[in-house]
Amino acid sequence: MADFVELAAYLTEKRPDAVLGTELAFGELNVTVALPALVSFIGFLTVDPACKFSSLVDITAVDHPERVERFDVIYHFLSMYTNARIRLKVAVSEDDMVPSIHLVHPSANWFEREVFDMFGILFSGHPDLRRILTDYGFRGHPLRKDFPTTGYTEVRYDEVQKRVVYEPVNLVQEYRQFDFMSPWEGAKYILPGDEKKA
Amino acid sequence: MMDGDIRVNTYDDGTTDTLPGEQRIRNFNINFGPQHPAAHGVLRLVLELDGEIVERCDPHIGLLHRGTEKLMESRTYLQNLPYFDRLDYVAPMNQEHAWCLAIERLTGTAVPRRASLIRVLYSEIGRILNHLLNTTTQAMDVGALTPPLWGFEEREKLMVFYERASGARLHAAYFRPGGVHQDLTPDLINDIEAWTETFPQVLEDLHGLLTENRIFKQRNADIGVVTEDDILKYGFSGVMVRGSGLAWDLRRSQPYECYDEFEFKIPVGKNGDCYDRYLCRMEEMTQSLHIMRQCIVKLRAEPGEVLTRGKLSPPKRGEMKTSMEALIHHFKLYTEGFHVPAGEVYAAVEAPKGEFGVYLKADGSNKPYRAKIRAPGFLHLQAMDYICKGHQLADVSAIIGTMDIVFGEVDR
Repeated sequence: MADFVELAAYLTEKRPDAVLGTELAFGELNVTVALPALVSFIGFLTVDPACKFSSLVDITAVDHPERVERFDVIYHFLSMYTNARIRLKVAVSEDDMVPSIHLVHPSANWFEREVFDMFGILFSGHPDLRRILTDYGFRGHPLRKDFPTTGYTEVRYDEVQKRVVYEPVNLVQEYRQFDFMSPWEGAKYILPGDEKKA
Repeated sequence: MMDGDIRVNTYDDGTTDTLPGEQRIRNFNINFGPQHPAAHGVLRLVLELDGEIVERCDPHIGLLHRGTEKLMESRTYLQNLPYFDRLDYVAPMNQEHAWCLAIERLTGTAVPRRASLIRVLYSEIGRILNHLLNTTTQAMDVGALTPPLWGFEEREKLMVFYERASGARLHAAYFRPGGVHQDLTPDLINDIEAWTETFPQVLEDLHGLLTENRIFKQRNADIGVVTEDDILKYGFSGVMVRGSGLAWDLRRSQPYECYDEFEFKIPVGKNGDCYDRYLCRMEEMTQSLHIMRQCIVKLRAEPGEVLTRGKLSPPKRGEMKTSMEALIHHFKLYTEGFHVPAGEVYAAVEAPKGEFGVYLKADGSNKPYRAKIRAPGFLHLQAMDYICKGHQLADVSAIIGTMDIVFGEVDR
């Protein structure tokens, strides 16, 4: 724990242009990074002898539709040498391009493709930004919060045409999204019928 | 030089092969999979071949994509647990473990001692399940038919242990936030111990079939060599790292559960090729057996609770039948589910295939705001192009086998 505090101070001092803030939570170090300095900061983390965060563990994103800078792109790094982990966060809006880090970490290639596929975040300088997990010819970005869980199309094999056809999704029953919020704890709305009492 | 060699050879007298126009050769593109027995699932590889040499390898994944992460956002934490069995379905409980650890870290739940021991025991069973499948089917990919038959017989016995603990052979949903679902019976512990006595003989037989087998060695030694630099560049973990001589194991380096009190060795390879990784896996099974035996001793000595009673877990059955509060709690737990305080964690376990991690972002409600599953196979498969380049077509299946890829976790 103590060395995380030290590391956070070290990073803030060394790279004031990149580090916007540091936070220690649940025994993990979170660093908020400025988008323009992202690649150079990750390069710094990789080679700096005090950090040596040379393994890229994961790249992902989180969608916050209510924010102007809608997405948080999240990088996890691991140092096999100092046995520590670090998490970087970059806030980006829908129009922002995130610089690709595949030159520093070749393993970022597929992660960035996945983030592009799932969230529609574009990575500049990526060698091959194709969709990766979804179907050939898929439209939309499934992990955005405004994408419905059921999707928009469904596939079936058509006996007449002798091929697989795509059709708009047809739900035989309404998609059930249960609301379990209790009026005693947390529910911010009035239950139907209760408005008469007020 | 072999027939059909497309290089232009130079001879002692200074002459070279003449190359008539009709002999101009272009590279050949083939589709490997998605329905190929050596693809270990639905992997489609687009291979560019120069003769028999692989020039480029483009894996197309996602044929088993089920949108697990999207589905998880609309289900409660407990409802999400069974999705983890369906990721790497070869060793299901190891995946559940990561999910439980993430929730426990966010809620600050302590796991009872006995539950912790049971988790270690079943994680090691999972490791043996996985390595048995992997080493033997990899052997099948390079031409040996008997090992999978022998290996699957042992897997069958282990899945019976799964069933006796959880009720399901495969999709166990046994590890729960705060412990494990049910206690193990003394009979079951005895039977697992009896199995640990007989299994070394099976391992010995497998060694007899494969380890010094000439064909197996020729197909695996010096194939798919991974160096320390590659490990860092491509983010490898698990046996892919240890096969190259780095003793990196999360059970040792970042101990979770109660792994720090167990005695086990971390086998490492020397050359980083497919053969060394095979040897590592075989030795890891022996080490897992060793951990299981220690676990059994401790389990016998330490009876007790297996689930932290509280918000995260259901009340005892008897209590539920007599106490109104317990009944309400039971009902609310299985409808609304429990709430997890806002925050984010990354919890990783040493799954048999490598580092399996869950990045969980909670917003204080009963559903995860975002859960990202970090599968080791995803990164290993990514390096296919790099590792396969320059190998022969027949080596591709050996390399897929040694990377230990299961599409449930790669495609999610």
